[in-house]
Amino acid sequence: MNASLLAWIPGLPLAAVLVNLLLGDRLGKKGTAWLACGAVVAAFALALRAVLQLAALPEHERHLSEVAWTWMRVGTFSVDVAFLLDPLSAVMVLVVTGVGSLIHIYATGYMSHDPSFRRFFLYLNLFMFAMLTLVLADNYLLLFVGWEGVGLCSYLLIGFWYERPSAAEAGKKAFIVNRIGDFGFMLGAFMLVTATGSLQFDRVFSAAPHVFTAAGVTLATLLMFLGATGKSAQIPLFTWLPDAMEGPTPVSALIHAATMVTAGVYMLARSHVLFELAPATMQVVAVIGAATALMAATIGLAQNDIKRVLAYSTVSQLGYMFMACGVGAFGAGIFHVMTHAFFKALLFLGAGSVIHAMSDEQYMRRMGGLSSRLPFTHGTMAVATLAIAGVPFLAGFFSKDEILHAAWASGHKGIWLAGIVGACLTAFYMTRLYVLTFRGPSRLSHEAEHHLHESPPSMIVPLVVLAVLSVVGGYVGMPFQQGGNAFETWLHPVLSAGGHAAHHEVSRGVEWLLILLSVGVALLGIVLSLRSYLWNPATATALQTRFAGLHRLLVNKYWVDEVYDAVLVRPFVGISEWMWRFWDAKVVDGLVNGVGTTLEGGSAILKLFQNGYVGTYALFITLGVIALFLHFLR
Amino acid sequence: MLPIPYLTVLVFFPLVAAVLVAVLPQRFERSARAWATLAAAIEFVASLPLWSRLTPSAPGFQFEENLAWIPSIGARYHLGVDGISALLALLTTLMTFIAVLSAWTSVERRSREFYAMLLALEAGMLGTFFCLDLLLFYVFWEAMLIPMYLLIGVWGGQRRIYAAVKFFLYTMAGSVLMLVAILSLFQMQRQFTGVPSFDLTSFYAMPIAPTLQLWYFLAFAFAFAIKVPMWPVHTWLPDAHVEAPTAGSVILAAVLLKMGSYGFVRFAMPMFPNALAVCTPTIAWISIIGIVYGAVVAMVQPDLKKLVAYSSVSHMGFCMLGLMAMNAQGFAGSMMTMLSHGVSTGALFLLVGVIYERRHTRAIADFGGLWKVMPVFSAIFLVVTLSSIGLPGTNGFVGEFLVLLGAFMTKFSWAAVAATGVILSACYMLWMFQRVVFGPIVHEENRGLGDLTLRERLVFAPLLLLIFWMGFMPQPFLDRMQPALDRTLELTHQRAERSAALVERAPGIRLVSAPSGDGGSRP
Repeated sequence: MNASLLAWIPGLPLAAVLVNLLLGDRLGKKGTAWLACGAVVAAFALALRAVLQLAALPEHERHLSEVAWTWMRVGTFSVDVAFLLDPLSAVMVLVVTGVGSLIHIYATGYMSHDPSFRRFFLYLNLFMFAMLTLVLADNYLLLFVGWEGVGLCSYLLIGFWYERPSAAEAGKKAFIVNRIGDFGFMLGAFMLVTATGSLQFDRVFSAAPHVFTAAGVTLATLLMFLGATGKSAQIPLFTWLPDAMEGPTPVSALIHAATMVTAGVYMLARSHVLFELAPATMQVVAVIGAATALMAATIGLAQNDIKRVLAYSTVSQLGYMFMACGVGAFGAGIFHVMTHAFFKALLFLGAGSVIHAMSDEQYMRRMGGLSSRLPFTHGTMAVATLAIAGVPFLAGFFSKDEILHAAWASGHKGIWLAGIVGACLTAFYMTRLYVLTFRGPSRLSHEAEHHLHESPPSMIVPLVVLAVLSVVGGYVGMPFQQGGNAFETWLHPVLSAGGHAAHHEVSRGVEWLLILLSVGVALLGIVLSLRSYLWNPATATALQTRFAGLHRLLVNKYWVDEVYDAVLVRPFVGISEWMWRFWDAKVVDGLVNGVGTTLEGGSAILKLFQNGYVGTYALFITLGVIALFLHFLR
Repeated sequence: MLPIPYLTVLVFFPLVAAVLVAVLPQRFERSARAWATLAAAIEFVASLPLWSRLTPSAPGFQFEENLAWIPSIGARYHLGVDGISALLALLTTLMTFIAVLSAWTSVERRSREFYAMLLALEAGMLGTFFCLDLLLFYVFWEAMLIPMYLLIGVWGGQRRIYAAVKFFLYTMAGSVLMLVAILSLFQMQRQFTGVPSFDLTSFYAMPIAPTLQLWYFLAFAFAFAIKVPMWPVHTWLPDAHVEAPTAGSVILAAVLLKMGSYGFVRFAMPMFPNALAVCTPTIAWISIIGIVYGAVVAMVQPDLKKLVAYSSVSHMGFCMLGLMAMNAQGFAGSMMTMLSHGVSTGALFLLVGVIYERRHTRAIADFGGLWKVMPVFSAIFLVVTLSSIGLPGTNGFVGEFLVLLGAFMTKFSWAAVAATGVILSACYMLWMFQRVVFGPIVHEENRGLGDLTLRERLVFAPLLLLIFWMGFMPQPFLDRMQPALDRTLELTHQRAERSAALVERAPGIRLVSAPSGDGGSRP
């Protein structure tokens, strides 16, 4: 068994980055495309090989790790650059490299007209390196390297078209909001070191139950969760993700849907031992997840930019994943990470294909009736829409059902209810997106109509592959299996550690009822949406005028950005100005210059006594003598 | 050991080179820069044994030289290095070389004198790091001031005289108090042992009553705090940086500021440990204020150099916080921050210098869209910005992380407040970067800007290498500094115990404990 290749999984994309940097424009477009895609596909092959090796091991030995080098060792604190492959990271690494490969290939078509083609793939490869480091890290600090690394690439790729001020602004916003989360993550990590003496996963998890107080572990996990809300765009740090749509669409698919934003869920699942020790934190996670899922879904109802709808949908689906974690069903959360990666990447790539075909139009009010003109895009998008809506026997159905089931079974009835309502909303806004884009009368401008074309094969093939995955990807998680489904069985060695993996059973009948309910609300959402937008478009307009206030609230995204700006950003800049102009310039420098002026003034007076005239000196001597004389006389 | 007085050679070679460059005939005015670069390069190569031949774990100091200097008062010419000073000396020789190389086209008048000053400054800085005699330390400490003062005052910008005088007076104000403290300590030392000496090791051996320590500590700490610079005595720094020529700013940021934190580790902390213990919370909170304050004020600076200067206040706050944590992680983090701040902030000033040379402005508002015209510059700018933000994988992260970890282990609240600096640094650096590099080109003058020349790329190459090397493989650096830091920590604790014991034996009577049979004569 040659495990030493683990480091090469993130290493290959990094090597491609370096080659790209060294050769520069000599690579040409073709060379760049082959290099970038080749590195990622090779990483996928390596990952597959490693995972097969892992699967060949007996269940309790599925834990490959290797130390590359000592990163820092100070006193008793030591942390290595070390990689770990276990069933959990195996799922992640396959999703990341697999979906990553498809998106890379797609991007060679999508970005083919961009003058900064090479820079794009440089960033994209760098992202793969960071993301793979994140999921393969063997300790929290190396995970943090990947964690901030993907944040950096996200920053660079959102701001890829840097000449657009809005893109540069959105990139910066993403980075800073993420940094707020990272602040929490870092403090959480410090708590882990001080309590357990290590940041290495195994050591932290084995020590945690013995060394942590209940309050300590609650605080530590809350801080780590703050990090997750930043990376995975949850309340209160979700505001950066919709703005991130300024980036090229393949970026939205790869980073802001399939991989990076799920890092928070992965981190929680990885740390499930800690979170299970802190029931209060779990409660917070579940509630935040449910609230985010609902809030983002409602905003999604009223957006008209195709990518923004998908962005809010992503925020909402991420909320489902946290819901799962919060009710203790980490496996279901990761399952949803996987299926979501398939259908959401597909949705974004499909949207990209539409945007590409429409010469960079993203506004759904100017689309419509595209189904016949873009047959492949339409077909695959339709599959993805059904998958995310939760229509039976597609990938999203299984994973969403799993989450709702876990919420109910663990007694979180309120969370379950939120999930059911969210599912209905999801079906509604996704159908709306589908109808506005592909159905109904064409609202294209004459110009757009003229240029309309189906995308090249490099873009269509990934769509088809992802569509297949969106159909079959869920069957690893078939319900009604004895002792949990295949996916859960695979994750079992990781998620059972800590002995908390409570398996709540409900009766067959209740399980059927739950499934029927979730299918029911999905179909309800679809039908309502079809009715409002396709069969009787007047309904939508009527609803809009009837609930104008609500509609405005949703269109304006609850004014969260505006509130943050007024409450946080502007006062902060004001304080900065004041500190500089008043405190620094007036108070401190005033004092310093005051000392200078006083000395100067003092010396100016003293100077008078030393003017070089003998007469003056003689006068002072005389005065002095007289003074002494008077003194002694008394 | 090397067969030559190695450290002396390192200190005096740049000084000799400075004199030679200064007295070059007029017709060498143009080529002075080449000679100076050569000298700085030789000096850097000559300093490499400080890396390769240092035995970090060996106790005490290495490459020691110890000669009589002023026998009547026992002042000695005593040089030596340990892991701490060796690394700082390497930083000095590297950054001096880079500063000299960077100035090739920016200094147009009196270039012989300019390079002579840079080299003389190098000699002063190395002497300060190497010397182990307090009087000699004071001499070097003050000697360093003069070339820096002239660099700002002669080759500086518009308000150079104000800035130079401010720099000089601020530093003098602190160091005068330090001189008084040194002389008083000397007196005490003579009483204690009967043998006059300014030797650092003899001061290390002398316990001092805790009540008295406070005054000495404050005198030393004040001098060093100004140099660091700690809030609120930092206001000389933005002015000095703004007015200084690029090379001066680079040296000022990269090395001179480290004199302050070095002074704390080497002198103020181990010599007066009981006073330190009393002041630790105060200094820690002042450092934390510095971290936040520097970052907050950096946010709204319209001038690139001022922004970087205030970011230095913030970063040096991390340095001091690490020291106040008084544990292995904090110390190592502080030392790593010193090194990486030297590299990153030095690089930032160089980058500002590059565009200043092309546009003769440092106002952020005068730029925008530079990526379009200067892609290589912008890419390097990006890497350095990220290193300054402390992105994991760059040098800045290692130091910041260890400092915060150390602080956390000592006091939760220290780390919690200081860690906001991590968010703030991203705010002000990325906002600045966005305004300079991203967006469309709004000023026509920027459209024709040339990208980095080969010489400029050479200037940045070693710095970029260090940014990633220290970020991904900091262990060689940590291995070199740790034994020395551990010893300092241990010495501080030991001395604290010994000095505290004085009080129990003779409370309030004696300032220092005299060994039995002490024949020391009073002056």
